[in-house]
Parts: sequence; structure tokens; C-alpha cells
Amino acid sequence: MSAAVAPSIPAVAQKAPRRRRSGPGRKELIARSVVFAILIVIAVVYIFPFLINVATSFKTDAEAAASPLSLVPQTFTTAAYERLFLSSDFPVWFKNSVVVTLFVTAGRVFFDSLAGYALARLRFRGRNLVFLGLIAVMSVPGVVLLIPKFLVINQLGMYDSYSGMIIPLLADAAGVFIMKSFFESIPPSVEEQAKIDGAGVFRTFWSIVLPMARPALITIIILSFQGSWNELTHFIVSTQSPALTTLTKGVASLASGQLSQGSQYPLKLAAAAVMTIPVAIVFFIFQKRILNASDGAVKE
Amino acid sequence: MTVTSGSKATSSRRAAIAGREGVAGWLFTLPIIVILGLFLVVPVGMALWVSFSDWSGRGSPFSGDVSFIGFNNYQDLLGGGGLAERDFGISLRNNAWYVLLVVPLQTAVSLFLAVMVNRAILRGRGFFRTAFYFPSVTSSVAITVLWLFLFGATRAVNKLLSYLGVNGPNWFADPSGIVHNFLALFGVTSGPAVLTDNMALGVSYWDWLSGPSVAMTAFILMAIFTTSGTFMLLFIAALQNLSGETQEAAMMDGANGWQRFWRVTLPQLRPVLFTVLTLGLIGTWQVFDQIYTGTQGGPGKTTVTPAYLSYTSAFSNQEWGKGSAIAFMLFVIIVVLTLVQRWVLRERGVSRRRMRAYLPAASATNSSALAVAAVAEKKDEVR
Repeated sequence: MSAAVAPSIPAVAQKAPRRRRSGPGRKELIARSVVFAILIVIAVVYIFPFLINVATSFKTDAEAAASPLSLVPQTFTTAAYERLFLSSDFPVWFKNSVVVTLFVTAGRVFFDSLAGYALARLRFRGRNLVFLGLIAVMSVPGVVLLIPKFLVINQLGMYDSYSGMIIPLLADAAGVFIMKSFFESIPPSVEEQAKIDGAGVFRTFWSIVLPMARPALITIIILSFQGSWNELTHFIVSTQSPALTTLTKGVASLASGQLSQGSQYPLKLAAAAVMTIPVAIVFFIFQKRILNASDGAVKE
Repeated sequence: MTVTSGSKATSSRRAAIAGREGVAGWLFTLPIIVILGLFLVVPVGMALWVSFSDWSGRGSPFSGDVSFIGFNNYQDLLGGGGLAERDFGISLRNNAWYVLLVVPLQTAVSLFLAVMVNRAILRGRGFFRTAFYFPSVTSSVAITVLWLFLFGATRAVNKLLSYLGVNGPNWFADPSGIVHNFLALFGVTSGPAVLTDNMALGVSYWDWLSGPSVAMTAFILMAIFTTSGTFMLLFIAALQNLSGETQEAAMMDGANGWQRFWRVTLPQLRPVLFTVLTLGLIGTWQVFDQIYTGTQGGPGKTTVTPAYLSYTSAFSNQEWGKGSAIAFMLFVIIVVLTLVQRWVLRERGVSRRRMRAYLPAASATNSSALAVAAVAEKKDEVR
């Protein structure tokens, strides 16, 4: 008897510091339901606007104005989308956004990881200086650069061209830091073998270390994609001609009524919806990674 | 002999590798250095020059017919007595109210959401996090278009408010300040002479105190809607890095939920709180996209912000010197306020003695700013 009881005592003692797993009391149950109800209400507040956005884009102008809150269009129409894609500059805006986003994302992934690797692993004179410079540059608020950027782009003869839209966005200090801290977490022994075998620095980086950095690369891809797709100010100050208008710039002009007479809310909201779709797709595909990017080791 | 030559060989080989690394290091960082230098560092220098010049936007700002006019642009904005000064004053008033309301509210909302979502027993945590974070990933332009619809002419929001018996205003067309409106409820429609007769930056004290206009209030709500998700993630990460032991110790001592939050959790969150407030302060002083897309500064200039004013001065009115000067003053405001905020939090947050008791658990983070803050704390502790 006593021999059978004895082993169970340490087991209990071990479990004690953990969360007690006994069923919740009534008070706790009520508290839980209240929290849950509050969160549901807030979630509705956060989601509802987007549902209205999509629903309204399928309404007629009259209905959009008359019943802005209804989520089901009474007369379902795709007129707003047809107008956007068939008889406006919208496809041009879309194309420009795609082009810029692709180049910026590809460029950032490459340049950020190159610089991140150098700062994490390569010993070279002036490394600390480069590092400090990046930190200093990062702390300049973007809005201060509105006029300055235009001045330089103009002086370099890049105003109103793809190069002026893309090249200034190619470097991003925050991305360099993300890559740097990831490379620092890879054990150096991985590269040593390659070095001993006589592989050059670039080769070691390109075919050994970079493939290991997939998680960090995906983070950079997501951030660059979102950043350049949603960018507005840089395109305002670097372009002028309608042929180079991006979605953000175009939709902003729509909002102030350039394309449409009167309110034409379905048209504007359809444009906003189309503009949100690519970001939403990326978000939902990678949401685990995005939402957990800053998490600790706690699992769901 | 052989030994020394051998070591020489290895050392020279090591030197060769180091040399190769040196070259590679510079080559690898060169693209970033060139691009950031060319489009961040050089531009700031150029704009600084322009802010001291009378360049009108034609030709190069460095050509012979552009002259150095010293602090004239700054003087016009800070004490010229003209429209430039008044507009600058109004833009500062508008943005200051925006900051004053958005920063505390977005911090409180995101902390509240994080604490709620972080509960271990909560079902559907993933769903809630997704719902709260989604507005943060969509573009400010798209959200502004949506906001113009919801708060604008169709009065969607006002229909909701009417269910609650509230008669909503015509949001984006209403330039009246909400503090003035509130005072008007008590019959106060004009300020005392002390406030109405004295001016700062061409704006009377009474107008400085007007509060954000109703139109700006709609943007304030939008800012909270779009940023709370991002900051919620920062808070969640910090919450998950807290050790459960302190909580349990407090529980053992009989602290209730509120006490545990205010006296145990919140002090431990101080570094991330600092980051969120700083990022909030930096972000809210740069409102531009929403204004450009939405109201273009109207109604009655009550949504003009310094960032937007800087843009219109330069690009619409061709007053490049003034535009650049506004940008630099904005820069100074952001830097100064960040330093002030840092100082305030340091001195009056949790007393250092009390902080010491909580410190061991409050460090692990992944944002660089956070890490710096944590290191600073540790240094204080050692001292």
C-alpha cells in the first residue's frame, strides 16, 4: 500500500507549479464568456468595414447611397468593375504597381541579404561605421524626405521614369537588420567547410548560407511586397505622367473625384477592393508567419 | 624551420582570406550604401540648402541665380505675421491634437487587445489576431477611400449612431473643433479675452485649444483602426516573453486580476510600451497619405498637417524653400518629442527601485529599439 502511494507524491509535487487543470469554476466561466463576447464585438467592428467595402462595390450608385450598411446588394451589378477595367486607366495603374512591386521586392531581397551577410559575418574595416550609418539613416522620418527625394531624382534625370520609381526603394535598412540577425543565428561551422574547400565568399553566401535563410527571406519578401504595393508618397514625388501612375496614386486621385462625376462610391470602393486583394492574398497565405513573426516559443 | 614556414603560410593564407573578406564586405554592402546615400543622405543635404535659399523650382537649385537667404524661410514661418505663419501654426495645431489623441488611444487599444487575445484559455485566438491585424496590412489609400464612404456623404456611420439615438455630424465637412463643440454644450461659444487676443504662430490661444475638428476626428478613429493591430502584435510578443512565475507569485499573495495587471504585468511591459509610444509619436507627426487622399486639408484647413503643408508649399505653390523649412522643423519636432518622451518615461514611470524587482523577466524582445531600451535598463540596474 504505502509503496504504491509513495511514487505519486513527487508526481503531484512536480505538477503543482504548472497551471491547474481542474475544470473552471462558475465565476471563471462567466468571465471567459464576457471576454469572448467583447472580443467578438470588437472583431465585428474591425471586419465589418471591409465587408461593406466589398458589398458596396457590387451595388448600384443609388443603392450605395441609400443603404450603405447592407451587406447584400439588392441589384447585384459588376458595372463598377467593368468600368474600372474596360474604360479607365485602372489596368495601367495595376500594371505599374505590379512592375514596381516585383522589381523592388526582388532587389530588396538580394541587396538586403548581401549587406546583412556582410555585416553579420564578414570582417572588414569600416564595418561598424556602415552599421552605425544604417542606424542613423533608419531614424530619419520619411516625411522629411518628400522634397529632398524629388530634388535628387530630378537632378539625376530619373524623374518620371521607372528607374526613379524603383531604384530609391531598393535599399531598406530595416530589412538589412532582419537578415543580419538571422545570419548571426546560423552556426559559423556551416560555412567553414566551404571556405576550407576554397569556395569564394560570394559562392559560400549564395549556395550555402542563403538557401538556409528561407524564413528570413520570406519575411523580407512579405514586408517589401506590402511596403512597395502600398507606397504612395514616393510615387507622388517621383512621377507625373499618367502612364506611370500606380494604384495608390490612381485610387487617391479617384477618391478626390478625378475620374468620376458625383460620388460614384461603388467605383471607388471596387478600386479599393482590387487594390487590397493582392495584399490580402499574401496576408492569408503567410498569416501564420506574419502573426507569429514576433512570437516567443509559446505554441498555440 | 619547417614549423615557422608552415605557420607563415597559414598566417599569409589567413591574411589572404581576411583580405578577400574585406573586399567582399565592401562589395556586399556597396549597393545599400550607394542607394541609401544617394536617396537618403544626399537629399537631406540638398533640402537643407534649399530651405536656406529662394529656389523657385525652376532649373537646378545649385545654379547661379539661386541665392542664399539665410533663415528667411524659417522666419516667415515662425514670425512673419503673414499667411505662411498662420498656415504653419494651424497645421501644428491640427497635428498636435491628432498626436495627443491617437498616441494614447492606439496604445491603450492595442494593449487591451493583446491582453485579451493572449489569454491562454481563449478559443479562436488566431481568428481574433487575424481580424485585428488585417487593417494594418491594407494600404492607407484604400482605407481612406472606405472611410470617406463610411463617414462621408452616405452617412453610414451616422445611421449606426442613430440606432443609439446619437445624431452624428457631417464628418468630413465639419471644421468645428470638438473641444469648442463640447464647451458650446454649456453655452460657452467664445473664449475669454486672454485667450482670444493673444496669438502664437498667427493662431489665437482660443483656436489652439479648439480640439481636433470633427473631420480630423474621423482620421483619428481611422488611425486607431489601422495601427492597433501592429502594436497589438508587439504587445503579444512581449506578454509571451514574460515569465509566469511572477504572475503566480502575485496570485499566491492574493493579488486580483486588476492588481496583477497594473502592478505586475504593466511594469514588466515598460520596454515595449516605450517602443510603441515612440513609434506612435514618430508616425502620428507624419500624417500625409490620408490627407492627400481624403480631404486635401479641408474643411477650413482643419486637416492640414505640417507634412501635407510642406508638400503643397513646394509642389503646388512652388515655395520650395518654405516647404523644405517646414520639413526640417517637423524633423526637429519629432526628434525633440521622442527625447522628451524618453525622459518622461524614465523619470516618472516606475521608480527605479521598484523596477529592479521586476527586471529579470523584462528583457527578451526582437525589435532593435526594444533591445536598446532593455540594455539601457540593465545598465541602470548595475549602477
